[in-house]
Amino acid sequence: MLSESEPHYRQPLLKTPFHERARACSQVDSFIAWAGYTTVDVFTFVEQEYFAIRNAATLYDLTPMVKYRIAGPDALRFLNRLMTRDIGKLKCGRVVYSVWCNDDGHLIDDGTVFRLGDSDYRLCTGERQLDWLLDSALGFDVQIGEVTEETAALAVQGPTSCAVLRAFGFSGVERLKPFELGWFALPSAPGAGSQLMISRTGFTGDLGYELWMRPEDAEDVWDGLMEAGRGCAIRPIGSRALNMARIEAGFILPNVDFISSEHTLRVGTGRSPIELGLEWLIDFDKGHFTGRRALLEEQRRGARRRLVGLDIEGNKPAHNALLYADQAGRKAIGSVSSATWSPTCKRNIALAMVDAPHMATGQTIWAEIYLNRELVWERRMARAQVVERPFFAPARRRASPPADY
Amino acid sequence: MPASAAGPTHYDCIVIGGGHNGLVCAAYLAKSGRSVLVLEAASQVGGAAVTREFAPGFKVSSCAHLLHLMPGSIIRDLGLASRGLQLAADRMSTTAIAPHAAPLPIDPGDPSVLAGLSAADAAALPAYRARLARLAEALYPVLDSAPPRLGTDSWQDRLALLRIGWRIRRLGRSDMRELLRIGGMCVQDLLDEHFETPMLKGALAFDAVLGTNAGPRSPGSVFPLLYRMAAEVQGGTLAQPLGGLGALSDALARAALAHGAAIRTGSAVARILVREDRAAGVALQSGEQISADNVISNADPKTTFLQLLGGEHLDTGFVRRIAHLRARGVTAKLHLALSAAPQFTGLAGSALAGRLLLAPSLDYVERAFNHAKYREYSAAPIVEITLPTVRDASLAPAGRHVLSAVVQYAPYELAQGWPQAQARFTDLVIDTLERCAPGLAASVMASELLTPADIERQFRISGGHWHHAELALDQFFVVRPVPGAAQYRTPVDGLYLCGAGSHPGGGVMGIAGRNAARALLREAA
Repeated sequence: MLSESEPHYRQPLLKTPFHERARACSQVDSFIAWAGYTTVDVFTFVEQEYFAIRNAATLYDLTPMVKYRIAGPDALRFLNRLMTRDIGKLKCGRVVYSVWCNDDGHLIDDGTVFRLGDSDYRLCTGERQLDWLLDSALGFDVQIGEVTEETAALAVQGPTSCAVLRAFGFSGVERLKPFELGWFALPSAPGAGSQLMISRTGFTGDLGYELWMRPEDAEDVWDGLMEAGRGCAIRPIGSRALNMARIEAGFILPNVDFISSEHTLRVGTGRSPIELGLEWLIDFDKGHFTGRRALLEEQRRGARRRLVGLDIEGNKPAHNALLYADQAGRKAIGSVSSATWSPTCKRNIALAMVDAPHMATGQTIWAEIYLNRELVWERRMARAQVVERPFFAPARRRASPPADY
Repeated sequence: MPASAAGPTHYDCIVIGGGHNGLVCAAYLAKSGRSVLVLEAASQVGGAAVTREFAPGFKVSSCAHLLHLMPGSIIRDLGLASRGLQLAADRMSTTAIAPHAAPLPIDPGDPSVLAGLSAADAAALPAYRARLARLAEALYPVLDSAPPRLGTDSWQDRLALLRIGWRIRRLGRSDMRELLRIGGMCVQDLLDEHFETPMLKGALAFDAVLGTNAGPRSPGSVFPLLYRMAAEVQGGTLAQPLGGLGALSDALARAALAHGAAIRTGSAVARILVREDRAAGVALQSGEQISADNVISNADPKTTFLQLLGGEHLDTGFVRRIAHLRARGVTAKLHLALSAAPQFTGLAGSALAGRLLLAPSLDYVERAFNHAKYREYSAAPIVEITLPTVRDASLAPAGRHVLSAVVQYAPYELAQGWPQAQARFTDLVIDTLERCAPGLAASVMASELLTPADIERQFRISGGHWHHAELALDQFFVVRPVPGAAQYRTPVDGLYLCGAGSHPGGGVMGIAGRNAARALLREAA
């Protein structure tokens, strides 16, 4: 939030409504810039936060996610022309994950669309792109406005997240099915009486929820959840731990696994949903959408490369590794965009862009990993297998109602 | 003109708009055996090449008033001479006029031209003309052909680019360098290099800025001049069809009909129908739907894509390019019904049959343009005057005359709004003319001023720009009107463009119409 007392140029990074609480919990003072806000990278240490995602409950401040309100008589027509998925299938009170492309069929961004009312939607996404949305709105009777600053957002994720929310007083939250949203009254004073929206969505691939609220309710909600979750070992997490969880879940991240085609400068660095393994998000039968003709052509021609999951031997994460068809490293066939040791799967996993024909599941390829052994660098060619994503998909993420644990 | 009753409900091709390009396109398509329907919103065909009565008994070519850019090949292909196209005048002279100054003929090959100039200018003018003519000659094939696509692997595209390169290389080192040097230059710098007589420079600059949102000091203002000269390579001399430009459109319509096309006037298209991502016909404003395998739009690109088709059938990036298309007219048209022939001070009677340019100096033209930058009309406008009745008595009652003038600058988006300003601007232009032709104002029996806002409304051209889109380097050839639609095809299969918004652009040329027909026929072959 921009404070009134200080001019904007003295505040290069904004503070989210959870900032004071996050600072109080931060033990290692590790903050990063995210979409114009300062947010926590690590509170205590990464492994502890990661295990809280998989074994307990966590709070994650996702206020910097960019939010647009899209409303008006043509909102659905507009969204269907923008998105690759058929938004016409999205019912009121539900959320859908989709991507959108430029004319070349290259991804501009991915995000979630919330249907709040008949002709009232919210788009939640990683990058600011009002100009693209407004240009896409030409000829449509639709109003688009950014509501990022007026909406605080907090993810509550982990196996005990539902229990924490119920303990806080959001009764009925257990009835939310995946990708459903609902409105809940804030149970405690002084926010009592105001409502917040809870959606059963998240970026961890686990049981979890995202809470969307007025900025002035943010601290009360944080405090209440920390209190309610005390018995469930709740803890705030930073972006680093979340990143491990999202790689296990096989989710892609803009500027990491793909660059928005609105930002790419070099020819050939844009990525299509087909290349990113997201063709299940494309509905060619719903009518025209931006990029449709290019994607049809790409589908006809066949993708030249593909984002795949890799299971790599050893336990050293293959950060930024170049990939080869052969152990000798003579033929480069791609590179790793996201890598981590998965503590839950006990596997060394990665997301990588791999050229045809090596992108098929089951293929064996080689990753060139550099190891720093006390400043003595070693190069290792590690055998890697192309595997299906996600790496980790517990049944509890879909269970309704969720168990208490 | 012909308006046939409702015919079949399915055609090979529907042409939206019966302007000259639409009619040329329809005629070529029909000639190739396609069933073609031309749908014209107005009550007569012709678009901006029409003859209309603007006052009782007085007729005039409403927008374009000269014919000089249409290639002889199109006129021959379509047999226009035998279908009623006759010239009331050709080889029309050009004379620069100014208040309180002797008129200055500026025609090439006219010895009296050189007589009115300083010795230096008299020596420089023939060489200047000859060089520009050579450059124009080399550029003509660019104008005539469909633009290649850039960045493809197609050998045809590469060959086309090579051919252009070869034409330019063949100019020889000196001319090639000159072409590259002046191609993006402003016309004032070019003219200052060659000449010293202000009236000569003003008049030569006039043809560079005619119909463009630019002044002589605007970068790239040499380009429209070269473009115009290149078009004249195959187009011929300045001419005036008997009966006005409408006679040309009528002849084109007769050609289309003779080859089997149907033409319906008073039939405004409301929407282009799309089925399974392909143009499938049109819906008229009356509600009637007519299906077709192909739809060819003679409407300007903004009207075609943003109004008739709609953004939902197009990608955002493409719509963005169309929305950014520069297409705001600055050119107005003044028609005067005169009780007697005007007397321009010092002007020989024979010059009245030609065109007169009121653009006395480069500074005068640039000052006229200054106003347009701030959405004002010129306080001292530049004017191209013709008196069509001097050679064509059919346009006015006996003894009366019609003055047809192209007037700049009159910006489409006038800050004060045209309804308030129209009468004042009309008076201002008549006063301006009065200073060159004393007594003219008193002989005005009726007047009509068409501002770009009127042109937009009456001729259905978005922005009232009679070239449909600004003619400039950024909107020329492979990028006209925008990448993705520069080869007459559009992103929607079965939908084509054939109007002035497409290469080679505005002026009564017909090449866009013919090239669009060729593109469609090649596609289907």
